[in-house]
Amino acid sequence: MAFVSTDNYIVSDELALAVNAAVTLEKPLLIKGEPGTGKTRLAEELAASLGTELIQWHVKSTTKAQHGLYEYDAVSRLRDSQLGSDKVHDINNYIRPGKLWQAFTAAKRPVLLIDEIDKADIEFPNDLLHELDRMAFYVHETGEQISAVDRPIVIITSNNEKELPDAFLRRCFFHYIRFPDAETLRAIVAVHYPQIQQQLLSTALEVFFELRELPGIKKKPSTSELLDWLKLLLAEDIPADVLTDKQQKGGLMPMFGALLKNEQDVALVEKLAFLAKRQGR
Amino acid sequence: MLIDFFFTLRKYGLKTSITELLDLLNALKQQVIFADTDAFYQLARLCLVKDETQYDKFDRAFAEYFQGVAQVDLAATIPPEWLIPDVLRKLTEEDKAKLQALGGLDKLLETLRERLAEQQKRHSGGNKWVGTGGTSPFGAYGYNPEGVRIGQQGSGARRAVKVWDKREFKDLDTDTELNNRSIKLALKQLRKFARSGAETELDLHGTIQATSEQAGWLDLRFMRERHNAIKLLVFFDVGGSMDDHIEQCQKLFAAVKTEFKHLEFFYFHNCVYEGVWRDNKRRYTEQINVDDIIHTYGADYKLIFVGDATMGPYEIEYPGGSVEHYNELPGKVWLQRLLAQYPKAVWLNPQPLPWWQHYYSIGIIEQLMAKRMYGLTLDGLSAAIKVLL
Repeated sequence: MAFVSTDNYIVSDELALAVNAAVTLEKPLLIKGEPGTGKTRLAEELAASLGTELIQWHVKSTTKAQHGLYEYDAVSRLRDSQLGSDKVHDINNYIRPGKLWQAFTAAKRPVLLIDEIDKADIEFPNDLLHELDRMAFYVHETGEQISAVDRPIVIITSNNEKELPDAFLRRCFFHYIRFPDAETLRAIVAVHYPQIQQQLLSTALEVFFELRELPGIKKKPSTSELLDWLKLLLAEDIPADVLTDKQQKGGLMPMFGALLKNEQDVALVEKLAFLAKRQGR
Repeated sequence: MLIDFFFTLRKYGLKTSITELLDLLNALKQQVIFADTDAFYQLARLCLVKDETQYDKFDRAFAEYFQGVAQVDLAATIPPEWLIPDVLRKLTEEDKAKLQALGGLDKLLETLRERLAEQQKRHSGGNKWVGTGGTSPFGAYGYNPEGVRIGQQGSGARRAVKVWDKREFKDLDTDTELNNRSIKLALKQLRKFARSGAETELDLHGTIQATSEQAGWLDLRFMRERHNAIKLLVFFDVGGSMDDHIEQCQKLFAAVKTEFKHLEFFYFHNCVYEGVWRDNKRRYTEQINVDDIIHTYGADYKLIFVGDATMGPYEIEYPGGSVEHYNELPGKVWLQRLLAQYPKAVWLNPQPLPWWQHYYSIGIIEQLMAKRMYGLTLDGLSAAIKVLL
């Protein structure tokens, strides 16, 4: 089977190749790219297209590698022993499988998403090296060895907040999602809003790319922001010519809140529009 | 197979390993792709390159190996080093040592006025007249330890006692994530744990105690999680002679920003005076009084200066010695006030260690810091952290 664009998700050839290689060779695939370029969506769509389960492990700053394997709830067991519960005699009642365990023992080869791995502590990727390599780990409390029946398809995303260790990188395939060009973006928009007018779309894309090119902008709007913005434009039924009308609201595009997420950026766009207006006179 | 290709990649500075090459060969064996150069290019990149900043190197290596076979876009392959102009006139250490300072600050200014009056024509080179290049104390783009700089963009040898052209400096970029993993690991040593926040962790000793008191009936006790309680004040020197070390400082800055919760940073130029600033764009309008800092942040803060301490001695020792404004109190008074308030302090100097003895001002600062000056290297950082703890 090969992973290709679907009715609601557009994938570039490069990315499709990367995913297919990772699936075939059973290697984790590390995905980087600007926020909002569909890194997390990729795992969802891949699971949907394979008709399998998606196991999501969202990493936070406090996440430890052990959380992904299992947790032994000793406190519950202690309390149960005081209350005289029968459960207390079997330690397995208190071992809680983590996301990796779930992925290893799933009935059908699942997709495991390790989302935003860079959020965790700097040692986190190193602690997972062996588990991802062998797809197996040892439960000390029960002496059990958990190994993957089918090696799960592992998708790892990173936002570049921390650098990942070399040893970890060597075990992964790496793909950087480039920001889509106007044509791909058009296809992506068509998938989400098939009824959008061509003229509105062209103008909106023009405004959007102009905004991305703006020197000194702090947070570049990305695909997901464009889609949100278009949704608002459609909901408010805003005609295309209003988009280019610079006189409006001090030079800001309508519904700018969906595109600009930073008050400094809003100020920057206003200032540039003001300067442009003054030069025009 | 593909061994030459592998070595070509390594020649271009890609840190590709044998494991990754084997992965690629395995992928080819599994027929992920079929006789298609574009697809091979993508597959090879997928397996061998692990960072988007290395894509460019890979493209160049690939182009060299598959000359005439692959159509690779070469337009974006100019290395960034080529774009950095080598404007600095490098003198040998011997030359620098030979150059001796001429008299005091007042004498310098006086001599300048005389020479300006004496001189009528444009001048370049030589060792007396005001002009460009050359080793006279006056002019631009030249070198003299106590030179006076006139109308020069960017600093040449960076030892001018007065800067007449005001320059805007770039803020150190917090977003830059250069290879600072090693710096972060070094900074990890700078930890002092304290418990704060919500009570989420089981207090084992408390629980045993409370349970015993209740004759064995379990009484769970919780406590707050441990957090790093280190508080830092960091002062960065920007502009002028620091231009050379900007990359090193950016790395440190980015690492420090993400590792510490209680962190305040300020900028200064050459030496600390009454005012420092947080934002280089508003450095002249939003200065923060050093006295206010001393009153705001408690003595449990630790103090780190990052600067090359390379300047004219007047800038530290005399009122009015600053290159940018008239300072009523000499720089050393402000330094001493800060050091009195924050006993745990270090100075990190990006200037290479062997050069320190050639700059008189480094000696003065080192003395003021009571020898707590360290190089901005991993070793220096580790040594500095030991002093701070």
